[in-house]
Amino acid sequence: MSANLSAFFYLISGILFILALRGLSSPETSRQGNYFGIAGMAISIIVTFLSVGNLGTGFVYVLIFLLIGGSIGAFIAFRIPMTAMPELVAGFHSLVGLAAVFVAIAAFLKPEAFNLGSLGKIKLASLIEMSLGAAIGAITFSGSIIAFLKLRGIMSGSPITFKGQHFINLILGVSILFLIFYLCKSQSSHFFWALVILAFLVGVLLIIPIGGADMPVVISMLNSYSGWAAAGIGFTLENTALIITGALVGSSGAILSYIMCKGMNRSFFNVILGGWGATDQTSKSGDKEQKPVKSGNADDAAFLMKNASSVIIVPGYGMAVAQAQHALREMVDALKKNGVKVSYAIHPVAGRMPGHMNVLLAEANVPYDEVFELEEINNDFANCDVAYVIGANDVTNPVAKSDPQSPIYGMPVLDVEKSKSVLFVKRSLSPGYAGIDNDLFYRDNTLMLFADAKKMTEEIVKSL
Amino acid sequence: MEIDPFIFRLSIFILSIFVGYYVVWSVTPSLHTPLMSVTNAISSVIIVGAIIAALAGSSENIFETSNIFGFLAIVLAAVNIFGGFLVTQRMLQMYKKKKK
Repeated sequence: MSANLSAFFYLISGILFILALRGLSSPETSRQGNYFGIAGMAISIIVTFLSVGNLGTGFVYVLIFLLIGGSIGAFIAFRIPMTAMPELVAGFHSLVGLAAVFVAIAAFLKPEAFNLGSLGKIKLASLIEMSLGAAIGAITFSGSIIAFLKLRGIMSGSPITFKGQHFINLILGVSILFLIFYLCKSQSSHFFWALVILAFLVGVLLIIPIGGADMPVVISMLNSYSGWAAAGIGFTLENTALIITGALVGSSGAILSYIMCKGMNRSFFNVILGGWGATDQTSKSGDKEQKPVKSGNADDAAFLMKNASSVIIVPGYGMAVAQAQHALREMVDALKKNGVKVSYAIHPVAGRMPGHMNVLLAEANVPYDEVFELEEINNDFANCDVAYVIGANDVTNPVAKSDPQSPIYGMPVLDVEKSKSVLFVKRSLSPGYAGIDNDLFYRDNTLMLFADAKKMTEEIVKSL
Repeated sequence: MEIDPFIFRLSIFILSIFVGYYVVWSVTPSLHTPLMSVTNAISSVIIVGAIIAALAGSSENIFETSNIFGFLAIVLAAVNIFGGFLVTQRMLQMYKKKKK
């Protein structure tokens, strides 16, 4: 197949990928969008086979390896529980990153195959592109592995910080730039390998100081990186499909990071340069007086909700941990039978990744038109009888609106306290991720339900 | 004077960033998780480079170092392609409207 013709088909793949993302503007069109994406991928792969043209034994091996990877992927996709989606996505990002590194290495070792010159005489532009692709890919890989380990609970979710951390990162970053410079000058493979290894190290160091609840930002950021890595390789290979996709994925991840940061009222750098938990240890232990708290049991909660005319549910990460989404749906069904109007309020950073709560609720068969974003529903709390907070904490803290001293001041929060009564399911009074007390616990209209989210919800179902 | 083809690719790249920017802002927040899994799947189009790397060189000697890196990259990208699209499909299947 001629290079021009295949370039044309790669462009078509790129357009199909754009349509795949476009489909996600509404759940109705999203499934069709996914098919566009699959079609784009199929076209890219077939065109590549045809343009290489070398369909001998090598081709058979390629198919075998493709099927091995494909069956592993399919197996994971069918088996993974929805609550594990954040770590799955982090794991997948690491694979894209590593694949980018491998392709860059292959291109460096055998540049003739990619029309980049010959070993030791690689074109300058290609060398810069492939080293950038390899470096970003390596950072994506090791960073995603750390994110995966943290999300999976294999590694502690609390931030790991040490003195001079940012300084070391800075030095490593500058060294990478120097290595790229010397690599271009000397074409020596030593610089190339050193570059890859340093980049792996940067990825690890970049993610370890970031705490669990900042994971939505980290995952989005790594998503973005995997895109830029793909684009870098796309330039090296002069492949339009890869360049378009890389740009799409890169900007998509960047936008998601922006939305997540805005949801916490923090700058991107503030998140990257270390977690809340690390900086606010002092405010935690300071003025801790015993304030009166009202607590209740499942029967109280059931009574309150049964007699309400409208209930808003506020789910958070705790719901995912307790796998309480199905029990929650049963509770809502029972309430609806009693004529109660129920809706769900989702904070942008609830959970461990963007849209985490929405997927879990969808899994529990909650119709998506009952689920609302913060801006859509925040005014409704004032007219609502009961707010049922399950597994969320910091995102409901009214302190964010009233106390300029608070680390979360200015963060958009759900106005839960405006509803007539608040039911707060939580295991204890311990502070949330931000390390600060939630004012809501001590309000007159708050009833604390001290229990596991799932157990409590199930008990309420029984009492209804 | 002739324009370097690199400039054309750069133009495509920059325009695609703009397209991505507008398309992604139009994605409904409730579908942000599928957005991440589908972007992950499509970025595995890097398999194109992996295939070229794997098939490079003579067919008698297909397991040179660079080819091996190509094959490894094929496996990794294939996990992502199948895994990414299928898990997205699985998630999207769950989003249902209220039964009236």
